[in-house]
Amino acid sequence: MSVFVQQLINGLQRGSIYALIALGFTMVYGIIELINFAHGDMFMFGAYVAAFAGGAFLAQGYWAAFFGALLVSMVVTGLLGVLIERVAYRPLRYEPRFSALTTAMGVSLFLENFFALPSQAVPFPLNHVVFGPNYIRFPALLEVRTYSAGGIYFTTLHILDFVLAILLMLLLVYVIHYTLLGKAMRAVAFSKDGAKLMGINVDWTIAATFAIGSGLGAASGLMYGMTYGILASPYFGIFPGLQAFIAAVLGGIGIIPGAVLGGFLMGVSETFATSINSNLGYMISFLILIVVLLVKPAGLLGRLRRDKV
Amino acid sequence: MRRGGTALIGAGALYGVILFSHGDLGVDVHWITDYYLQVLMLAGINIIVTIGLNLINGFTGQFSIGQAGFMAIGAYLTAMLAKLVIPLETLPLAYQLSAFLALLLIAGSAAGAVGYLIGLPSLRLKGDYLAIVTLAFGEVVRSVIRSSDETAATLRSWGLSGLAGPIEGIGGPRGFGGFPKFDSLAVGGWTIPILFTLVFVLTAVTVVVARNIVYSSYGRACLSVRGNEIAAEVVGVDSTRVKVLAFALSGFLAGVGGGLFAFVIRFLHPDNFSFLKSIDYLIFLYAGGIASLSGSIISAGSLTVLPEFLRVVGFEQWRLVVYPLLLIGLMLWWPSGLMGNREFPFLAAPEKGLPEVTDVTDHKSQHVL
Repeated sequence: MSVFVQQLINGLQRGSIYALIALGFTMVYGIIELINFAHGDMFMFGAYVAAFAGGAFLAQGYWAAFFGALLVSMVVTGLLGVLIERVAYRPLRYEPRFSALTTAMGVSLFLENFFALPSQAVPFPLNHVVFGPNYIRFPALLEVRTYSAGGIYFTTLHILDFVLAILLMLLLVYVIHYTLLGKAMRAVAFSKDGAKLMGINVDWTIAATFAIGSGLGAASGLMYGMTYGILASPYFGIFPGLQAFIAAVLGGIGIIPGAVLGGFLMGVSETFATSINSNLGYMISFLILIVVLLVKPAGLLGRLRRDKV
Repeated sequence: MRRGGTALIGAGALYGVILFSHGDLGVDVHWITDYYLQVLMLAGINIIVTIGLNLINGFTGQFSIGQAGFMAIGAYLTAMLAKLVIPLETLPLAYQLSAFLALLLIAGSAAGAVGYLIGLPSLRLKGDYLAIVTLAFGEVVRSVIRSSDETAATLRSWGLSGLAGPIEGIGGPRGFGGFPKFDSLAVGGWTIPILFTLVFVLTAVTVVVARNIVYSSYGRACLSVRGNEIAAEVVGVDSTRVKVLAFALSGFLAGVGGGLFAFVIRFLHPDNFSFLKSIDYLIFLYAGGIASLSGSIISAGSLTVLPEFLRVVGFEQWRLVVYPLLLIGLMLWWPSGLMGNREFPFLAAPEKGLPEVTDVTDHKSQHVL
């Protein structure tokens, strides 16, 4: 029983990371119906920025380092998201869907390979920007305490990841349902042309969606870095990005609560399956996905649209 | 027929030029080294697999991203049969070749059969949901290969050691190598690189067969399903059959491509067939332009060669950065791909008046957030 609860706690921690990435994924999909293949790389970028910013703020004490890293990485990654949208997606908004999809794959490849360049291969001002292909340690931004109750161990990080994820989700729900920006986002998602007729600045709204989505990716990158302590290389966003994509689809792509549900489901099932067999841990999300989609073709919370003749 | 004849002569000339530049025709030139020849073989394989993907994503309008899974099935099955079940080395050369072709056919058919099964959910799933299921399928295949040791142990515990042997032999996470090699064949003063010839011929055959499929009534049915499935049903197209068959064909081509890949690289690892490899094929397809065989040929060929070309011209480390930038630029300037909806003359429609192929994917808004 205690093993079960322990795995559940670990799973919820992993699930909070997936859920936050999946939220960004699903927001972008919801508003422009683009499978943003570069979203896993936003997560990666955010983690690196948080590592550097956190290290720089560490002299000011633990909490300053944590909040400084969170804020800086969310803002910088949000700006990168807006830049990518402006350069690679906006010009293709009224072109066939696959062209934006292909640039998304190109952007993803570019981010991974560019940031993985060794700094001596890069000319002067840029060599401070690349992260290099090697492992870097993620600075300890908080004092980590371990608690135990009834044979179950959990740390400050377990609590923090979960609380941070829930807080950001609540904030997102607030933004979407109770602010003018949120109303504009819902309108644009419903119909771009209709929103334009109502005087909504569609470009600006889509850019804001990218900023928020990428910022959430960065927050989960920070959580990932703090939890696992190491950033492998700029390619490390690929796998969590894929898992988050699956989480978003599992819950019903484009649906905010669906992404959260999918993320937690994915994290928990992966942790349980890994404790049985590592290959199964990798496979389980895909198996769950296939089964769920065969039963509910539009995801857990999605509703199937009927084609009208 | 005249255009077909010209194309045949063109292909023969290309083959001759490559052989000559590789120094196979008795003249001592080495403009094309063995390394370049390998890149060319990979280009041929990529053309085969991309054409297969085009049959689903381009012509039938179903969004599939599981191509690497089919390739993995083809590659591992061919290699396993050729190394562990029917050891190719022990056969004389003529038998080796025919046995290899037979193995490719078997592996391709197996992948095609799996493709048929993967196609079945497409009857229920639409668009991006189908895409993610095919992606999941590809990753499941990879995980199954990864866990071959555990599978073999389980089979042993059931007393099936005969089956367990070959399955253990594919090496799971350790990778699988040491396949028999096809040497060059000496004919007079000439040498014929067997594997290259095989890849070249199979690529050409794939192009010809795909062209004939595309302009057959079946190909037209695919296009009608892409255009509007309900309308297609109304005029009597069995959309279920059309879609499932497209998946099976595409799986077959990817399986054959995978089998060739195994023998060109001569080492297989489950990570070679991750979803990143499937993404490569999506890039080849969309950069070339959907529903264009010429586009698939140009882009799969040139984008395979491009990173290696960049390496040669001094972009050693930057080539993987330059490549995506070129790709993004390409899509920004030619949003429907290089050859979107156009074909080379020798691949063009056999008669005038067939409907123009246009992208009719609808942009219905999702009601979300």
